[in-house]
This record gives sequence, structure tokens and C-alpha cells, in this order.
Amino acid sequence: MPATLYDKLWDEHLVQTEDTNESLIYIDRHYLHEVTSPQAFEGLRHKNLRPWRLDANVATPDHNVPTDRGDAFNAELIKDQVAKIQVVELDKNCNNFGIHQFDITSNKQGIVHVMGPELGYTLPGMTIVCGDSHTSTHGAFGCLAMGIGTSEVEHVLATQCLKITKLRNMQINFNGSLQKGVTSKDIVLHLIKLIGTAGGTGHAIEFSGSYIKSASMESRMTICNMAIEAGAKVGLVEVDATTLDYVKKHSNLSDSIFSQACEYWETLKSDSDANFDQTINIDVSKIKPQVTWGTSPEMTIDFDAEIPSQEDVDESNHENLLLAKAYMGLDGSKSLQDLSFDKIFIGSCTNSRIEDLRDAASAIEGKKISKDITEAIVVPGSGMVKAQAEDEGLDKIFIEAGFLWRDPGCSMCLGMNPDQLKPYERCASTSNRNFEGRQGNLGRTHLMSPLMAALTAINGRITDPS
Amino acid sequence: MSNSIITGIVATFDRDNIDTDQIIPTEYLKSIKKFGFGDFLFDGWRYLDEGRLDMTADDRSKNNDFILNKEPYTNAKILLTRDNFGCGSSREHAVWALRDFGFKSVIASSFGDIFYNNCFKNSVLPIKLSKEQINHLFEVSNFAPVSFEIDLLKKELKYKDDSSYMFDVKDSLLDRIINNLDDVDMTLKHKKHIQAFEQKRRNQRPWLFDYSN
Ligand code: SF4
Repeated sequence: MPATLYDKLWDEHLVQTEDTNESLIYIDRHYLHEVTSPQAFEGLRHKNLRPWRLDANVATPDHNVPTDRGDAFNAELIKDQVAKIQVVELDKNCNNFGIHQFDITSNKQGIVHVMGPELGYTLPGMTIVCGDSHTSTHGAFGCLAMGIGTSEVEHVLATQCLKITKLRNMQINFNGSLQKGVTSKDIVLHLIKLIGTAGGTGHAIEFSGSYIKSASMESRMTICNMAIEAGAKVGLVEVDATTLDYVKKHSNLSDSIFSQACEYWETLKSDSDANFDQTINIDVSKIKPQVTWGTSPEMTIDFDAEIPSQEDVDESNHENLLLAKAYMGLDGSKSLQDLSFDKIFIGSCTNSRIEDLRDAASAIEGKKISKDITEAIVVPGSGMVKAQAEDEGLDKIFIEAGFLWRDPGCSMCLGMNPDQLKPYERCASTSNRNFEGRQGNLGRTHLMSPLMAALTAINGRITDPS
Repeated sequence: MSNSIITGIVATFDRDNIDTDQIIPTEYLKSIKKFGFGDFLFDGWRYLDEGRLDMTADDRSKNNDFILNKEPYTNAKILLTRDNFGCGSSREHAVWALRDFGFKSVIASSFGDIFYNNCFKNSVLPIKLSKEQINHLFEVSNFAPVSFEIDLLKKELKYKDDSSYMFDVKDSLLDRIINNLDDVDMTLKHKKHIQAFEQKRRNQRPWLFDYSN
């Protein structure tokens, strides 16, 4: 029977299927962070259990760490007492149970989805889970990777398995090449606009087509990262030479093991006659830079298009539209280019990799940020990205333009650490969610690519990148 | 203990795409406990001031227009909403907050996948109905407070004395709520199986084991 990549990964990891339709799937890699793990460790203690397999787990704090730490920082120095408790609790749990952690003092610490692949903990063909919905990121390596809840974190710790039902298969073909100023972020935002935030619900989405084939691992990760914003728990890209190159560079597997693994990894693609429940073809050469105007990632438009009004949506959506417009403070604005911005955030597991920082830096070199911008921050996704960027002198470009150059963490992607929007502040953000209050109570988020965010910093407004 | 019937007041949220950030904002994710989130449910809509983890509902300035601040909805057990409820982040805190407030069931036309799964681990029953059925339920509950009765064994939602909808949900998931089953205990019954699988994997795919960098 011809099989999709998802089917193959599923079969490879199937421990057993119960008569109830649920299956036990073996988990190869489990990432942990400070926010969704404490209750899971508590559960283990309560049941008097130890983790099933220590070397499958890797932990790091990312969500609520401050990003202006500087050198010689440690968990005790976190000012927010509640955040400190979580970071210290992760230290304690990792020490007690013997789990490998890149803690807040490590120069490799970072957003778990940025850190994992670059340290070689994400390898093709793995099943990967984490108590975080953006685990879909790792699907870029031909992995079956998905976010799980805290009860499942406990379950994976205790049993090395996950009890799940199989998803359906969806294929998105991105064909063509990108216009100038368009990036992988625009492609995925465009997709979410097209199919909606529930468009992929119940599906694993495999991204393919000539654009994906030509895309870097960083770009593939950005796209798989936001599969969850299209409703899909799982995003996938087949393994090819680009994948193997990246893995060769980033893992420390011996040559003999690596070539043994490659034999298997090269089989990680959908059969040419595999059956998908749904296929969508998109010509990426027609896509313009995308920016969100509302409070859901599907509320996306071309950067120069008119903000939708009631006439543009069906009646059942009027209420959603009005609520979003009111929240975003768009009364009277016809286009995104009418809006003036207060803050700029370049970072998050979607767009804080080296390629993203290069893109943003290229747009601001030798320029200064607009006087209207009260704060512009760049937050590299990990210690490795930060070091690499500093090697390339990107930090200087940002700092000279007026940006703050920070330490790795989730930062302003979510209002859980000191980097937050104040009420009504408008932010150009490279993150993945523009939900109400996501970046801080009553803050207004516009999602876009690093390039667009950098240009918005310079001009104070959305600008044509071409 | 068997939990096969859910009855109670229905609170309505006439909105699509209510995400887990709305159900419980990130601020409260800093707790390391598994209980005590009820006061923070729908925080941004329920209160006028900004809350903190160490505050309770009594310390806060309430938005009196918000449904869960009005009688009898302060006692609501069932939430009726529209499309794609619980989309967004994987935080199980969203379900813990619904559970701690007192909700036993959420009825919607669709759910975020991770949220849907999390519900069953915490004895909250998510019920999927068609958009037409949801429309009808909104008509039934819009004018005056109503109660529904949900029979988990029959998979039946009674919304008036003589009217009901059947709903579909996997038996294995439903079982967890009815019989209070614990997943870890259930899986560990297959310990031998998992060990054998793992051993085979260790031989076939050695690069997956004992890696560090
Ligand atoms: S950067 Fe944002 S989306 Fe990514 S893991 Fe952190 S909080 Fe979640």
C-alpha cells in the first residue's frame, strides 16, 4: 500500500493498537520547559514513578526567563517571584530525576524549538513531543512532532509512549519561487488566511512542492512551526539533501552512525502515489508580504490591501470582525499603512533563527529606527544563534539602528516575562499569535516577517519591502 | 465512582475561535500547581483590572456585564460556544480553569485538537455538534437561563424535556470520564510490550539512544 510520510512515521513508532481506536506510539524525543512540566513531575512523585528513559528527555527554561540577563545571571536573580519559582522548580526536577537540562546559566539555553535542532537533538524520523503546541516545528526534519498537554507530559515521562488516534493526511504544495521581499513567514500566513485557523484540524499537513524543495531548514521550520495556527497538530516536510546537510553540521554523530542513519532517513518521504485526504496547491510567486490586522492569525491580508469591512465577510462573521477591529483600535483605518506602531519584536520560535536575524539586519543596516517607536527588541532564539549573530556582526547593526539586543527566550511572544506590551500599544511582531492579550494585557499585535518588522521599525509604519 | 450524567446551567459564548489565551491568560501559567485556576477563567473578559496569580476573584474588580459574573451563570456547568473552541496553545491550564470553575462539559461545533484531548484527562466532556444544532441550542438558551442534561452512557444531550441530540465521541475517551481512569496506570499494563519495542528500536536505530551534545 502506498503510504504518506506521516503514515510511515506512524507505522514505525506503533507499539500497539488497542481495540478502542487509540494507539500507543513510542516517543523518541521529549523536550521540556518550565511552564508545562511542574505538574507532570508532581504526578510522577505522587505515583512513585521514575522517568522511563532519561536520555530521551532534554529540558530548558524559555517561556518566562528575562531577556536582559547579561553575564553571570542565575535563576535566583529573576525578579518576578512567580517566574523564579518555575525556573527553580525545573532545575530541581531535572536534578532530582536526572534529566539533562540546558539551564538558565548555559550558553546553549534557548527557546526549546530553536535549541533542539541546532544541538542535534532533533533527528529525522523521530517522534518528538513537548508540552508546547509549536513542537510542530520539528516536523521540518521529517519528524512526527506535536504539542501535548501536561497530563501527556507526565504520561510520556512515565511510559515513553503517547496514547493517540491517527490523524488524517493533508498535503499543501507550495510551487514557484518567491517575489522579492517575501519570506517563508508570508507563505505560511497566506496559507492560514486561505484555510483558516481550523483548516487543518484533525490533520497532519505535509508541505511539499518546488518552493519547499528549495527552502532552507530555517524556512521549513518557520512553516511547520505555524502549522498549529492552521489547526494542524503536525506539520511535515520530507527528508532531502538539505535536511541531511543540516543534520550533519548540527549533530555530533560519528561518520559511521551517520551514514547508517542516512540509509533510513532517505526513505522518509511520501510514496509518489500516496493518498492524501486533501491536497491544496498554492502558487507562491503570487504571494505578497502578509500582515495580520486582527486577533486571529487567519485575519491576514496583503500588506497593501484594505482592511476587511463587514461587506467583505459573510454574515456569520460580522461579530468576529467587529470585535477584532475594536480590540485592535482600527476604527477608521482603511489600510495597515495608516497605522503607527509603538513597539517592534523580532524573535520567537517562529522567527529567531540566524536566517531571520540576517534578513532583518539587511533591511536596517546603516539606518535608525523611527522616532515613533518606543522600543524595538531583537531576541535571538538560542545561545548558539546569539553567538553566531555576534560573530557575523549582526548585533552591531541592530544596536546602531536603535534596537535592544537581548538574551535568548520566548520574550514578547507571550506576556509571561518582563517583555510585554502595555495596554493599546501596537506591535510589529515576528511571533505566531495575535490573540487578545497575548503580548500583554490589551496589547495589539500585528504578525509579519522579520524583514517587514525591521522595515516597520525604520519607518514607524508598514512599508513596501520591494 | 461513576460519572455518567452531567446536568446544569448553560452559559453561552457566541463567538468563534476562543483560544486558550482567552480561556486563561499566560500570567497564570506560572503556577506549578494543578488546581486553583477557576478564578482566572476568561480573566480578560471577566475582570476590569489586571490580575495576578496570588489574587482571588474577591480581590478583583468584576465586569458585571460578563455572563459568568451574572446569576445564575456563576454556577454554570455547561458551556455552549461556536467554532474552533480551545485553539492555540497546548496549555492544559485552560481545561483546569474550566474544571475548577465548575464546568463539566463544553459544547461547540469544533475544537482545537490538543484542547480536545486535554479535556478527557480532566473529566471535562467536549461535545461536537453540527453548526445547525449549535444554532438551535443558542436559540433555546439565549433568552432565559436553561439547564441541559447529558447522558454519557447514551451519548445524548437533552436540551428540553422532550428534545435531545445524540452526539458522537470515542468510547475509550468517554470511559476515562465515566470511570475516572488514569492513562499512566493503563499504559503501564503494557510495560513488557513497550520494553520489547524499545529493545528492537535500540538495535535498529542506534543513533536515537544515548545522544548528547
Ligand atoms: S516563542 Fe512563543 S510560541 Fe514559541 S515556545 Fe515560546 S511562547 Fe511558545
